[in-house]
This record gives sequence, C-alpha cells and structure tokens, in this order.
Amino acid sequence: MSAGVAPAPVDAPDAARRIEETARRLVEAGDCAPRPARDPVNEPMINNWTEALGDANPAYPGQAPPAMVQVWTMGGLHGRRAADDPLGAMSAVLDEAGFTSVVATDCAQTYARVLRPGERLAIRSRLTGVAGPKRTALGEGWFVTTVSTWTVDDEPVAEMMFRILKFRPPPPPEPPREVPRPQVNRDTAYFWEGTAVGELRIQRCGGCGALRHPPGPMCPRCGATRPGYVVASGRGEVYSFVVHHHPPLPGRRAPFVVALVELEEGVRVLGELRGVEPGAVRVGLPVEVGLDRIDDELVLPAWRPR
Amino acid sequence: MIGLSGAASVVGIGATEFSKDSGRSELRLAAEAVRAALADAGLGPSDVDGLVTFSMDANAEIAVARELGVPRLRFFGQIGYGGGAACATVGHAAMAVATGLADVVVCYRAFNERSGHRFGRMAAGATAAPTSGGIDNGWQYPVGLATPAATVAMFAQRYLHEFGATSEDFGRVAVAMRRHAATNPRAWFHGRPITLAEHQASRWIVEPLHLLDCCQESDGAVAVVVTGTERARDLPHPPAVIAAAAQGSGADQFTMTSYYRDDLTGLPELGVVAAQLWAQAGIGPGDVQVGMLYDHFTPFVLVQLEELGFCGRGEARHLIADGGIELGGVLPVNPHGGQLGEAYIHGMNGLAEGVRQIRGSSVNQVADVRNVVVTAGTGVPTSGLVLTAG
Repeated sequence: MSAGVAPAPVDAPDAARRIEETARRLVEAGDCAPRPARDPVNEPMINNWTEALGDANPAYPGQAPPAMVQVWTMGGLHGRRAADDPLGAMSAVLDEAGFTSVVATDCAQTYARVLRPGERLAIRSRLTGVAGPKRTALGEGWFVTTVSTWTVDDEPVAEMMFRILKFRPPPPPEPPREVPRPQVNRDTAYFWEGTAVGELRIQRCGGCGALRHPPGPMCPRCGATRPGYVVASGRGEVYSFVVHHHPPLPGRRAPFVVALVELEEGVRVLGELRGVEPGAVRVGLPVEVGLDRIDDELVLPAWRPR
Repeated sequence: MIGLSGAASVVGIGATEFSKDSGRSELRLAAEAVRAALADAGLGPSDVDGLVTFSMDANAEIAVARELGVPRLRFFGQIGYGGGAACATVGHAAMAVATGLADVVVCYRAFNERSGHRFGRMAAGATAAPTSGGIDNGWQYPVGLATPAATVAMFAQRYLHEFGATSEDFGRVAVAMRRHAATNPRAWFHGRPITLAEHQASRWIVEPLHLLDCCQESDGAVAVVVTGTERARDLPHPPAVIAAAAQGSGADQFTMTSYYRDDLTGLPELGVVAAQLWAQAGIGPGDVQVGMLYDHFTPFVLVQLEELGFCGRGEARHLIADGGIELGGVLPVNPHGGQLGEAYIHGMNGLAEGVRQIRGSSVNQVADVRNVVVTAGTGVPTSGLVLTAG
C-alpha cells in the first residue's frame, strides 16, 4: 500500500467519465501480448522458496509448488510494466484522478497442472472490470479486476483473478492546534467555563448590576466584590478589526481576522472572526458568537457574520 | 509649579552603534553606553550613585554597577510597561536628584532586540504568568491578537474609521522619519529615504499596517546622565534642563489593549502626561520647537500630536500633510529619524536626540531650540519630558 499526497482535485463527474471510458476500452482490448518469464522454472529458486516457507514436501524441488506460479514471471528488481499492461494503464488514469493509493483486496489462483524445472512460462493479462466510485473505510476508490493467464507454449497452466482498490488517500489529519492558553484564576474562571459549555458570559456586578469585560474581582463602579455573570445574547457589531498577515502564529493560518466586537449588552470582547473574507470585513459588520473549540479543555470566543 | 521643574538636568548622553547584530552581550552594551554617557558628561563611575532602567531590561542595576566599578549606589529602580518607561527613567532620576537621594543618576536601556529576543514576534509565555498581566494577556493572545503590530492595528483601524484618515496619512509619518534618518550617519536607514508609494506598496503586516508603518528592530544601547542643574552648569555641555517630567495611566488602562474604554481614538494615558508637562514647565504646545515622539508604529504619532495639543482630535493628518513634521515644518518631529529611521532603542535614542537638539549639536539641528517635548511608549502606561535650554 502506498499513500501519496493527493493531487489537486479533478472535476469529479469528468474524472469518473474518463475512468469508465478507459476501463471500457481496456476490457474490449482483451489480453495484452504475452510476456515471457526471465528464467525457466528452476530448482534453486524452488529451494529458496520452500526453505523460506518451511515446506518440506519431498515432491520439491522435482516439481514447483503451484503457488509459486507468480514468481516465474516477476519482473525482477528493476522490472518495468509492459506498455500494454492493462493494470498499468488503468492505474495511471486513476492516479491522475487522485486515486493514488492502492491496496490488494482479492487474489484467486487456479492451477491446471504441475510445473517442472526447465519449463518456460509466459504471462498475459486482461482487465475484466472497474467498479466505482465506492466509499470504503480507506476512502473513496475504484475496484480494478484483472485476470492473468500463465502459459507454457500456448498451453494455459494457471490463471489468477486479481483485484485491487485504488483509493483517494484521506487528507492528512489537521495537527492539533497549539494556541497560547489563557491564564485562568478565580476572577476569570466563569468566562472559560462558559465558553466550554457554549455560553459567552459577561461579568455582572452582584452589587450594582454593572456589566464588565474583561472581568475583575472588584466592581470599579460600586466597589462590590460579588461578581456574577449573565449569558450574552451573542449578537454584536464589529467595533474594530485587524487582518493578521505576519508573523506566523501557532494554531492559525494567515491571513485571518481578529475582531473587537461590541455586544448588544454594551461590552466589547476580542475574538477571531471566521467565515468571512478578510476584504469584506467592515466596522459595523453585524456578527454573532461562534465559539472556537481548540480541544477538550479550551474553547475561545470567536465570531461569525450574521 | 511643583518643585521638580528645573531642579535636574541631563548632562551626558552615550550610546553604542545601532545594528542588527551587535555581537556582544546586552550587559556589555549597557556598560559601554553608560561609560560613554559619563565621559560625555565629564564624569566618572565614582561619581555615580544612582541607576535606573526599564523593568524589561535584562541588565540589573547591580550588574551594570559592577562592570563600571561604581563603588556605591544610593538610588536604583526599574520602570515598568515596556517603552512607556523611557522618559520615566529620567523622571525618577530627576526626583532622586531634586530630593537629595542621589547626586548623579544614569538611566540606561540595552538590548539585542534584533539578534536576540525580537519584540515583533509573538511573546512566548505571555499568558503563562499567574499575574494580573498574565490574566490580561489571556483575552488577547489565545484569540490571535498576539503581536505589538496587531494590538496597534486594532486601534488604528478604529482611528481610520472615526476620522476618515487613510493609510497614506500613516505613511507620511514613515516618509518623514526616513527622510530625517537619510541625513543621520548613526541611523540604520542613513541614505535610504522612502516615498509614499513605497510605503503603500510594502507588504501587509497586520492590516491596516504595512511593513513600513512598523519600526525596525535593533541591537544597541543608550544611556543618559542626570544631575542637579547647579552642578550641571560646571560640566562640559550646556545642560538640558528637565523642565517637566511625568508619568501617566488612564482609566481602564491595559498594556497595548485598552480597547474597553468608551472611546478608542485617543491615548488618555498620554493626556495625563501632557497636562502635567505643560503645567510643570509653564509652557504650552506653541512654545515647543521640536517633538521627540515615540514612533514604534506610525498611527500613534498622529494621536500623540493630538493628545499633546499640537492639533485637535482627528486633525493630525492635516498637520503632517505637506511636511508639517519634517525639518522646516511647523513642528519638526524626530530629526534623528526616530525609531522608524534611526534605531529602536525603546525610546531612549529619541531622548538622547532631544538633548542634542537643546545643545544645538544634532546632525539635523533645528534652529533656535528652546523647548523639546519627549514622549515614551504609546498604548501603554507612559511618560514624558520637557527639556529646556538652560
């Protein structure tokens, strides 16, 4: 299985049409030209194979294990696919459409007779079907089925149905966002506990009722030290804003907008303004709260247009 | 008139070269600048009995004193809030001198801000400290407002909206500073002026700020020597008399993010400073010949002109049009090229240029300078000075 970086997305219906057209043409073309094995069936290779697998059957190496059939026509370390190989042609079109990853899903071999040292094989393949696009646990992809036939002097001696899934690798997971974490204390905990449960809370003096943000332990208006809070409506307007370009900041992709929002309740709160092109932001833009969940413990105030 | 005005003077200025890679430790830069400032003042390490720096400076007063061989210190301290500390170092030194707590106080700022820790990047660990500052940063950094440029851009966007100003108005500040730096051999951008078109074409950093709205990052150090004005008259250079020194913080003050006040177009903390400066010095904006205005980002230069009373609210763009803050303009600002043009030394290089303008020794000298106003970091609790020819 190989997973590369997916190329730029191709127009999906267009890509499907090209895949299906290629599949139809290749199926109609039938078998490719036979490709001869590099070496004849031989005892050294049989010995290596049976030793590696721990197969002590005394019939070997006088005859070849049937499951070795694919070995005889392998291309070697620097082998190249033949130009008319149908799986190669089909894979190229799928790669181009972004289905760059591959996993083998089915392989069924049928053996017509025993092979003996000295016999020289050839292989030919044909595409029998391409099915898709299918949603799979690995990602969206196409199942590609080929049938290969091994021959000795035109006599079919074995056959293999081989199916692969060519799939679009999922985008790499977003790295966890590392942002500076606020210092929280007794005076400010209610705010961050609020964002964590989806509430934008404004400090409200337990003495005179004055609203205040950022909060503090003592009301500057009446001196009371009994702060409570109200949950904000979440609606407000952009009082001022910036578009950050430089330098790069952890957890954010520039350019992004940070807005100072004046809430209906009259206090101002800073937060990232998301869901709007930076060039479209204006002082006075109506916004509503849209919290920004960093992780299980930290949810930041943020805004979106309303 | 309170007792501070005129009691103390700046009598020495010193600096290292301004570069992108000093190749030396920050402590060595600090020691070199302090030694140079003392030499300029005609004084030596044994005369020093006070040291003041920024809380952001990496070089403790005792470390600098060790390198200089200062035998004893009677007064030392560190001022907070980043560049807002610049003029306050001199203000605290003046208070110490005026009250007899110290005789000679050196104020210094030294860093490898370009080759070492760069302020333009996101400050790592800004939300890590269990302090009121760490809590404050938690409303800002996690949501992606995480650089000085971004915090100023938020303010600047509202300023543009309220007053109908444009990015070109910010750009004219950058053009003026680079024009001044072009004729200052000490400036990093010596010989490299820019046009407004180049400003407009420079890449976005944080909209509405272009690259050329943001000052450079620098390695270097500056130190200034403060002593009593009486003693100052016996020293080599004409004293730059500290006619006024003030700090300021406004209502609902934050560091760089005072976004929760009714109005987001002014710098009330600088308003607090300005009122004190004019009252202490007994002068007004019309009596000032040169402005040394903190220019880490262009928009706040406009707002400073308004807060200091050089023009009305929202009118700074008219003042800076047609070269109003350039040499020969109605109020020349930062003849050395500012932090946009000379170097970013957290405002201390502007303070040193203010002294040169009083002495009449600047490479870009303004004629007949009597009073210079100097400001410090903007958007933060800040400070200011009026220096007067004595």
